[in-house]
Amino acid sequence: MARLFEYQGKEILKRAGFTIPDGKVCTSPEETEETAKKLGGTVAVKAQVWVTGRKAKGLIRFCKTPEAAREAAEELLGQVVNNFPIEKLLVEKLLEVDRELFAAIIIDDAEAQPVVIFSSLGGSGIEETARKHPEAVARKHIDLKVGLRDFEARELVRKTTLDRSHYNKAAATLVKLYKAARLTETRSIEINPLIITKDGQWVAADCHATVDDYAVFRHPELGIEIARELDHPITTLERLAYGVEKSDYRGTFYFFQIIQDIPEAGKNTQGEDIIGFHGAGGGGSMISMDSLGKTNFAIANFCDTSGNPPASKVYRAAKIILAQGPIRGYFASGSGVASQEQFHSARGFLKAFRELGLSVPAVIRLGGNKEEVAIEILKTHLADIGVPVEAYGKDDSAVSCAERLRALVDGGPYSPIGPDPISNPDPPEKPYAFKTLTGQWTVDHAKCASCDKKPCVDACHPNILELDDGKVVLNITAEEAAKGRCTECLACEIACWAEAKKAIKIDLPIPGLDEYLAEKEVVQEVS
Amino acid sequence: MSILVNKDSRVCVQGITGREGMTRARLMTEYGTSVVAGVTPGKGGQEVLDVPVFDTMFEAMAATKDQGGIDISVLFIPAPLVKSAAIEAIEAGVKFLVIVPDRVPIWDVMEIADAAKEYEASFLGPNTLGCLSVDQAVLGMMGGTARSAKDFFKPGKVGVSSRSGGITSSIAYYLSKAGIGLTTICHVGGDVIIGLPHSEVVKRFQEDPETEVIVMFGEIGTSQEERVADLMMKKEVTKPVVAYIGGKGAKEGTRFSHAGAIIEGGKGTREGKIQALKAAGAHLVEDFVDIPKVTSEVLKSLEKPE
Repeated sequence: MARLFEYQGKEILKRAGFTIPDGKVCTSPEETEETAKKLGGTVAVKAQVWVTGRKAKGLIRFCKTPEAAREAAEELLGQVVNNFPIEKLLVEKLLEVDRELFAAIIIDDAEAQPVVIFSSLGGSGIEETARKHPEAVARKHIDLKVGLRDFEARELVRKTTLDRSHYNKAAATLVKLYKAARLTETRSIEINPLIITKDGQWVAADCHATVDDYAVFRHPELGIEIARELDHPITTLERLAYGVEKSDYRGTFYFFQIIQDIPEAGKNTQGEDIIGFHGAGGGGSMISMDSLGKTNFAIANFCDTSGNPPASKVYRAAKIILAQGPIRGYFASGSGVASQEQFHSARGFLKAFRELGLSVPAVIRLGGNKEEVAIEILKTHLADIGVPVEAYGKDDSAVSCAERLRALVDGGPYSPIGPDPISNPDPPEKPYAFKTLTGQWTVDHAKCASCDKKPCVDACHPNILELDDGKVVLNITAEEAAKGRCTECLACEIACWAEAKKAIKIDLPIPGLDEYLAEKEVVQEVS
Repeated sequence: MSILVNKDSRVCVQGITGREGMTRARLMTEYGTSVVAGVTPGKGGQEVLDVPVFDTMFEAMAATKDQGGIDISVLFIPAPLVKSAAIEAIEAGVKFLVIVPDRVPIWDVMEIADAAKEYEASFLGPNTLGCLSVDQAVLGMMGGTARSAKDFFKPGKVGVSSRSGGITSSIAYYLSKAGIGLTTICHVGGDVIIGLPHSEVVKRFQEDPETEVIVMFGEIGTSQEERVADLMMKKEVTKPVVAYIGGKGAKEGTRFSHAGAIIEGGKGTREGKIQALKAAGAHLVEDFVDIPKVTSEVLKSLEKPE
């Protein structure tokens, strides 16, 4: 679930009509000082981080003067909290508190319903309050059809120790909060504390909110760039991977890095070999990762390409995995008995490995529907690349495949042949090209004319290629091909390079990857 | 016997004229599923695979009423449109839905759940590969082609409930290969909120006279496995449960590709689930490959005379 910072949560509340403290998001000590001066009096300088209990951890500072605020900012900015550096501070005018309350709307997964929780005691964690002062806390499931109605909210707050003079205001606040949650599709939204000031105002002094990842597309107003939860700041490769996933609706591609800087030797401090991991299916990926536990490997990344992805998506995933750095092996393994045709993934691996010139051993376990075709593809076309690539199917367990990779990694050194000419073919003399959903298909008709086999046409599963005067062309419109009739299965390219004139080239760019690799090289040279 | 679907179930495919819907409708039919109607708004009047296509679910219900109506609807529809299609099916009177697509927004799923409750319907998914009753019928995409599904899954006495689609078919295949046949295999879906979590599927296996042993694939996150343990404690489930829980190497706060697979605030841990299930008398499997062995032992112990 996409986590929001306090200031983002407060923006939701503000749009819903809540009063929030006067303040501003600051990113430098100067700005903090300036803001404190403008606000006047004592200010709270609050680090924008995803942890609770910030006050006790020194991540919220109360500053009486602008200079003190500046000093606090200097101390806080850049500090690393749970792997994330503090980049933003929320600087707010201090409130004169009369009373602290708690209000939240969260989703109860087991009941498939939202729950409203209210407490007449705020400030500390709600679980602790519920334990120590159960009489102060009330909760209620909300009927989605009618939402939270004011009389229901009044009945709820009546069950707490709140003074009855506040019932109406508290009920209205809860109704407003529910509407905000519903509108923004939050998984949880919590105001703690909800403050009644000495002059009788109700102010949301803090806000924790998470938003449903699947609903982020409906909420551009939230400005969530990547609807994915990570335990570290997003890396360049993760950003690129997310871009690939976003621009191709076919299948799912999930990627995150576990080891973000792979040492040159490809080993971690415990001396374990670091390998790239490529799973298929959520559960299968999990089990496959578990299966590596006993083989003395460290895993560079988690990756899952599933939901029947096209070969092009698997190709891009493999390229991103290999771009991580000097890994010592490549392990691909899914559930073992997939319902999807496995040869799509095989072709994706094949193209990536040949183009990039795989330099480490790989074990690819592609079990399930049409696995014999998939295994055959890998065995036939990767036998000559100078490093072993072994392919297995459903009757080979993830554990035994992990053991094979161990043996292969220990069995080196190997002499990889390096990138295939396919990665950089001569410019075509007589190009014929069309756009695919995520790339471009090109053939050199000058080479094509001398081919008497045309295995590309036979290999084309969606049947969109035909011969016209001895040359291969589309038999549908270019528009149809670009819309997805060309499924980017890569079969024509592989057939052309293996059996014919090496005339077809399918370009499947990953925007930003070349720049990433170039920059990395520069850094390595400097160091 | 079986749960959720059998050879007589009358099935509708919502989104039957789409790429995925059409392919899957064909594969389901080939395996033995009785697909009697399809629905795509604006495409009514056509036929797909000799199946009549209707514009709305109400129309499909009315048109098929004399032959026995529609028992089940399988949805192959883009995620943002799922809510409307699912509630349409429920209000039209369909009692069981299979919601295949992933990325259905959680508030939409809650509305579907709400409608299902009101109309006494239930649904599998979202984000499910579906379910399959061996040699009878398949809903969704379980098993791939009819031929591979027939090859992979053999009939027998074991029911499978899994949080992962691929693992559902894996377990079913490895059991069949070891000579252990199956009743129904079911992928509950990978999301946080799903219509039929493990606990609901297990209850149905409990009621199914043919199912003797239940194999469950659990994952970190959610409270589904704990709820199965509760049912066993309360003796609402008395059939033996063989369980494997994945996510040994998962750190707290790391979400895998299943939206439901995360440990948050110390809840939903692998250890917690294993403890709860063990205490309830389930047979926990430590290594995935040992599932057939353990299941076979459990089946044998059932054969022993009292």
